[in-house]
Amino acid sequence: MATHRLTNPLSDMFWRRPRVLLALLLAPPLLWLGVVYIGSLAALLLQSFFSIDEFSGLINYEFTLKTYGELLRPANYDIVLRTTLMAAAVTVASAVIAFPIAFYAARYAKGRMKAFFYLAVMLPLWSSYLVKVYAWKLILAKEGILTWAVDGIGASAALNALLSLPVIGGNSLSVSYIGTFLVFLYVWLPYMILPLQASLERVPANLLEASDDLGASRGQTLRHVILPLAMPGMIAGSIFTFSLTLGDYIIPQIVGSSRNFIGQAVYAHQGTAGNIPLAAAFAVVPIVIMGVYLWMAKRKGAFDAL
Amino acid sequence: MHSDRASLLLKSAAFAGLLFLHLPILLIFVYAFTTEDRTYQWPPPGLTLKWFAVTWNRPDVWEAMALSVRVASISTAIALVLGTLCAAAVSRAKFFGREAVSLLVILPIALPGIITGISLRSAFNIGGIPFSTLTIILGHATFCIVVVYNNAVARFRRISGSMLEASSDLGANGFQTFWHVVLPNIGTALLAGGMLAFALSFDEVIVTTFTAGQQATLPIWMLEELVRPRQRPVTNVVAMIVVLVTFLPILGAYYLTRGGTETAGGSK
Repeated sequence: MATHRLTNPLSDMFWRRPRVLLALLLAPPLLWLGVVYIGSLAALLLQSFFSIDEFSGLINYEFTLKTYGELLRPANYDIVLRTTLMAAAVTVASAVIAFPIAFYAARYAKGRMKAFFYLAVMLPLWSSYLVKVYAWKLILAKEGILTWAVDGIGASAALNALLSLPVIGGNSLSVSYIGTFLVFLYVWLPYMILPLQASLERVPANLLEASDDLGASRGQTLRHVILPLAMPGMIAGSIFTFSLTLGDYIIPQIVGSSRNFIGQAVYAHQGTAGNIPLAAAFAVVPIVIMGVYLWMAKRKGAFDAL
Repeated sequence: MHSDRASLLLKSAAFAGLLFLHLPILLIFVYAFTTEDRTYQWPPPGLTLKWFAVTWNRPDVWEAMALSVRVASISTAIALVLGTLCAAAVSRAKFFGREAVSLLVILPIALPGIITGISLRSAFNIGGIPFSTLTIILGHATFCIVVVYNNAVARFRRISGSMLEASSDLGANGFQTFWHVVLPNIGTALLAGGMLAFALSFDEVIVTTFTAGQQATLPIWMLEELVRPRQRPVTNVVAMIVVLVTFLPILGAYYLTRGGTETAGGSK
């Protein structure tokens, strides 16, 4: 043994000084993430404090808050407000639709049924984002399956009434906010189901029995026992749905009215308009909103359910 | 009145929710066979196989596919190395800044893709790095690390320290221990993580639009077709193939990590 140790000075050193091994393990990933990622984030933050010269169109490399001030202009402020409202609506709707799926999968599905539910949520989650958006372009098109189905059940008058509503309506579903909302809801729904299911699985069955023994109805048990205990999971899911909606620029570009969301504003300003500082300032908005959101979620204990 | 059977209302709401998740994807399969090539008409006026042949003969589709496979393979390889190292460190020891390390790994995927994308773009601009396949890979590897990390860290926690001690007591050096003891234990988790990382990179579009130059990965090709449709039937066929190609690694990863305490891809 002793001789062996002598022939392996490297292993020996790792054994005696685990910190050295730890440092060696951590160095490559931290260098990568630190340099590539944190460096990039810092570069972005830095750019948002520059401004663009209105006459020459060149970037003025002096510290200023002017670019952030531009965010408060009505046109830009509307974009922020519109995106935040959409994110909130998508989050609430996905919680409502996700709850029965997560609840059934967590409490009633057993064995093969449980595996079926798991895969039935995982496959749409992992299948191609663009294909999912494309599928909705097919569904919502004027000549598409939804119009056909609505005609088939004789409800076209209702659909037309919906589309003639101000703001959320439009020429057809594929160019209205309703369409954008449906696609967002579809694409992010699995992100709500998974953490919600994880937290529902941790609700102890004897608490439900106790509530039952004490004479609570199903509705009362749901409201006073299950929902409060599922809250961390719901908040964890809402982090995903909220953050993903805030930062997306492809869905509103493909399905929706021509009015911009934050992501589109970032994309347009950094690309054709060449206003990198304003694009950077726009990009900081979701970071700040998510920062506040995460801070509140942490206080509610949502991270235990991730 | 507590019962072990779900109420009819709950059951139908749950299954309706699943239908909502799956019908749109199934629709893609029907559209790949439609004879209609100008509109998205439903029901399809007729069914045909001819678009498969047309797609097969399209060099731009093949080029995009080849680039996507190359980018996904290299990014997965980088993510496997970095993610495993990080997971080994985090699961083996408690150290100052451990929480910060796990946050740092998760950050590229927790922040909206557009932030990661524009950050990388401005960093490449400042650094004077021209946009190329390399810059796409740099971006992809960054957000793929978390997938490998998540799978590996769960498995590392299940390897008991006494096994490693036994191995070195029996005279194995560090590399022998890694090769004969650690790797067989984490192998399937790494394979699952690698598959999911591959699927994630193969499908990524938002970060890629910021880090690509003139190169078109398959998702970039699809995005072009979505914004300015040129040949809808070819897009339909490609969409169907992409669905089939991404299902395989997901099913594979599921079977490899089944029965574990932590499931693969719990957070994408």
